[in-house]
Amino acid sequence: MAITGLFLISFLIVHLLGNLQLLDLSVEGQEKFNAYAKFMTSFPLIKIISYVLYISILFHAIDGIVLVMQNRKARPERYKSWKPNTNSIWASRNMGLLGTIILAFIIMHMGQFWYQMHWGDIGVDSEGNKNLAAVVIKTYQDGSAGLIFVLLYVISMAAIAFHLWHGFASAFQTFGLNHKRYTPVIKKVGYGISVIIPLAYAIIPVYILMAKN
Amino acid sequence: MDLKLKIWRQANQNTKGELKDYAIKNVSADSSFLEMMDQLNEELITKGEEPVVFDHDCREGICGMCSLHINGEPHGPQNATTTCQLHMRKFKDGDTIYIEPWRSRAFPVIKDLSVDRNAFDRIIEAGGYVSVNTSGNTLDANAMPVPKADADEAFNSATCIGCGACVAACPNASAMLFVSAKVSQLSLLPQGKVEAKDRVLNMVNQMDLEGFGNCSNVGACAEECPKEISLENIARMNREYLGASLASSK
Amino acid sequence: MKLDSKIPEGPLETKWQNHKANIRLVNPANKRNIDVIVVGTGLAGSSAAASLAEMGYNVKAFCFQDSPRRAHSIAAQGGINAAKNYQNDGDSVYRLFYDTIKGGDYRSREANVYRLAEVSANIIDQAVAQGVPFAREYGGTLDNRSFGGVQVSRTFYAKGQTGQQLLLGAYSALSRQISKGKVKMYNRHEMLDVVLVDGKARGIIARNLVTGEIQRHGAHAVVIASGGYGNVFFLSTNAMGSNGSAAWKAHKKGALFANPCFTQIHPTCIPVSGDHQSKLTLMSESLRNDGRIWVPKDRKDAEAIRAGKLKPTDLPEEKRDYYLERRYPSFGNLVPRDVASRAAKERCDEGYGVNQTGEAVYLDFAAAIERYGKTEANVKGIDNPSAAKIKELGTAVVEAKYGNLFAMYEKIVDDNPYETPMMIYPAVHYTMGGIWVDYNLMTTVPGMFALGEANFSDHGANRLGASALMQGLADGYFVIPYTIGEYLADEIRTGAIDTNHAAFEEAEKEVRGTIDKLMNAKGDSSVDHYHKRLGNIMWNKCGMARNAQGLQEAIKEIRELREEFWQNVRIPGGANEMNPELDKAMRVADFMELGELMCKDALEREESCGGHFREEFQTEEGEALRRDEDYAFVSSWKYTGDAGNAELVKEELVFENVELKTRSYK
Repeated sequence: MAITGLFLISFLIVHLLGNLQLLDLSVEGQEKFNAYAKFMTSFPLIKIISYVLYISILFHAIDGIVLVMQNRKARPERYKSWKPNTNSIWASRNMGLLGTIILAFIIMHMGQFWYQMHWGDIGVDSEGNKNLAAVVIKTYQDGSAGLIFVLLYVISMAAIAFHLWHGFASAFQTFGLNHKRYTPVIKKVGYGISVIIPLAYAIIPVYILMAKN
Repeated sequence: MDLKLKIWRQANQNTKGELKDYAIKNVSADSSFLEMMDQLNEELITKGEEPVVFDHDCREGICGMCSLHINGEPHGPQNATTTCQLHMRKFKDGDTIYIEPWRSRAFPVIKDLSVDRNAFDRIIEAGGYVSVNTSGNTLDANAMPVPKADADEAFNSATCIGCGACVAACPNASAMLFVSAKVSQLSLLPQGKVEAKDRVLNMVNQMDLEGFGNCSNVGACAEECPKEISLENIARMNREYLGASLASSK
Repeated sequence: MKLDSKIPEGPLETKWQNHKANIRLVNPANKRNIDVIVVGTGLAGSSAAASLAEMGYNVKAFCFQDSPRRAHSIAAQGGINAAKNYQNDGDSVYRLFYDTIKGGDYRSREANVYRLAEVSANIIDQAVAQGVPFAREYGGTLDNRSFGGVQVSRTFYAKGQTGQQLLLGAYSALSRQISKGKVKMYNRHEMLDVVLVDGKARGIIARNLVTGEIQRHGAHAVVIASGGYGNVFFLSTNAMGSNGSAAWKAHKKGALFANPCFTQIHPTCIPVSGDHQSKLTLMSESLRNDGRIWVPKDRKDAEAIRAGKLKPTDLPEEKRDYYLERRYPSFGNLVPRDVASRAAKERCDEGYGVNQTGEAVYLDFAAAIERYGKTEANVKGIDNPSAAKIKELGTAVVEAKYGNLFAMYEKIVDDNPYETPMMIYPAVHYTMGGIWVDYNLMTTVPGMFALGEANFSDHGANRLGASALMQGLADGYFVIPYTIGEYLADEIRTGAIDTNHAAFEEAEKEVRGTIDKLMNAKGDSSVDHYHKRLGNIMWNKCGMARNAQGLQEAIKEIRELREEFWQNVRIPGGANEMNPELDKAMRVADFMELGELMCKDALEREESCGGHFREEFQTEEGEALRRDEDYAFVSSWKYTGDAGNAELVKEELVFENVELKTRSYK
């Protein structure tokens, strides 16, 4: 979980840097984004990394499901009175739930954009690149459906925030990297990442929706 | 003070248990929690009912025999305190108190609030020792100096009383804190380093066989541990386990 | 009957070495065919079981707790003595021997005590090799502290949890043998009787405390390491389950019981707070290194404190009576336990007690906090530190030394001992008496051995602090593994023990009969009800001070109480299931007999020595008056069918190496 988790976090950062280009909704900006999308789907090294990414997501999800199932079996009879908030945070105890939300989001997200980019008939821009930017803008500006997708997006980012709140520092603990001096720093970095990254992501569709008029 | 109690009653491992309601009056605030239970049992015996079975022995927080999941927390609401050292002044007149056994597949209920924790013994048997004969013909105790910081750290890990609160508190019923405390104690000392690799592999393997859940670094164990065993032990064990697994030729 | 203590010939210093060199051995192939039962898994039991298994014997070990690691040795706090002389303060094997003999008020066997002092150093080596995390100095060497009754620092410790760390060490050695299959461990099992075949111990009857099943276990030797019987007083520092039943059953089967009246009342325990109380909690003797014990000088101040009108911190120095420092200037607050306990009782009896019940004295750390604070300030180079700064620095030092004990005190009493003095009062802690054993630790029943607190031990009439751990481990690791060979060498042709023998049949029948009798009493009162009443009689009449009249009354009262108990005890539930009330009833039934023998022994011993203080025998200053000419012997009692009619057999104590002196700590 820890290896794939940390790798997925690194992906989140790279993906975010690409997506932030969508904050420039001018024609040039959209074309720049489309060129970037083309590069990301055709450059061989990136393609290899993307396969590693798919496997990581799958492994992370399957491993997570197996763990949750095993852990449930470890306590067949539940407590009638159970006050876990006194000893741990909600996110730590609900990584499975958060992960499920995130997985659902990833499936939807890939259906909306990744599938369209690879196999959809989405037209090309003036540079001849597939016009992914137009698909994105349409998704989040399209009538009431756009609003729903933006909401789903924001909720999913919140799930990622909680997931990372626990997950980042937890990965270091799993690797055995716990140190009186460094662990507090790791935790702070983790909290920072878990707030900033999902927030930055969430700004993009909200901005696109708001730019509708 | 007067209290309402909801206590888990279960005749034996093979029957289903349930919470039963009891009322108890005139409990002294200076009583320990177990003395309150004694008082209840005394009343039950007088009434001709079967007293509640619970494990306890030293009643000074060191033997690790007492357990009890009190109001949703192992060993009750006070931090760094075993049930036997918990005093009734921590409760208020009229309170309702839930009292349940530790719940884990690896700790089956024997009767009422008493559970079988022999899984812990079997984990220690799998490697929680230094393989040295008890001849007394070892090195002089001062022949091998141990840095004070290491000795203190080893001591902190060694203060684990094996009560099982970590398992009871963990949403996954994982035993990592218990196992890692012993692994840490011995791996921090030069005497234990010789067998450190085999020890961590064998003890973790036994832990998995016993049916405990997996550690997902929730941290509830360390929060509820009456001896405040730290999560650093788990990290240390993870580190040792990783190293030992990679180096293992098996 | 004549007792043969089998003390080896030769000078004191070489007895044990010579004995070891000449002791009979059992060859490895034969050891594999010999079974040994060990009852109890405290320091003595675990270390014995581990060592015997390691040597090749097949061991069956029994404990009533859910794991061997829970035995009450775990609760020992302060430390373990060893004549290592690491501090270079003049310690030696002889000095530890001498201190122990003197501390025991000259009522122990020289040869045994010398052996104990001799092997003490090995214990530390062994424990360190096992990974016991003793406290260390910055240079990486082991740290020591001082304990009551001695003038050197020879006590090794692991904060306030030395017993825990040593027991976990022994438990780990035991676990190693369990994993090899050399020890078969029986958790939650209680020994209910010893089985004798042709006069030799050949096994035990045990009860599975989870299922109620009665089992027969055969062996070529039975080792009793079941601890002491302090719980006869109901309130003591012992664990709730600690009991004298194994020892008592051994006694009833022919093992002589020695010095039953020698009970140690520990001076620094948390005072009783009310009727609800189930046990008393010890505050380690190590606290007396730094704490000063006092009561108000003026009885009126004591009354004001009891009424809650005056706080101890408001009482100026000149109105305090540091009575130990006053009476015993050379040892001060570090006098032996019996002396400190009696002095506290004397003050409280005179009306100077400081809690609501009038049975408490202060243990004050203010002076230590100030002293340490000043030193720390010097070390840190702080000029003219403020009082607050001194207190802050001093508190940190005291916290580092005794933090866990202070926290425990606060949990129980709800008072902050850094701010206000602790209240303490003596409580029953340890029993020096126990099953009589010879130099080989064998009882008067061939094949039955007794170790640790269960035997009448090396502590005479009073045990020094930090010596119980030493004795338990010495017996288990370093004595029994050798001496048991002397007996078992003759057992190599015996073959497996047949548990269908009529003796097993009979013992089992008797056990079942006792259980039926208890279950069928169907009376009105709980076991605890009787246990508390017994405890009251014992505490009031056979406690810190005894007199002939009180002891005679006690014997009568106990006999009546015993009668009532068997008629009127109520045990709910069944015998074939987990039933802690039945477990307790069996133990209390034995206490009812043992208590009577304790009183009988106390009555017979017309002198004051160590933990046994007969009011009729004291000096004009109120100190204990020993009568060496008439009582320099071990009182060993032979069971004759009734505890009250036990027959006294004397083992004269011969002192060749120390001169019997009046103990003086002045």
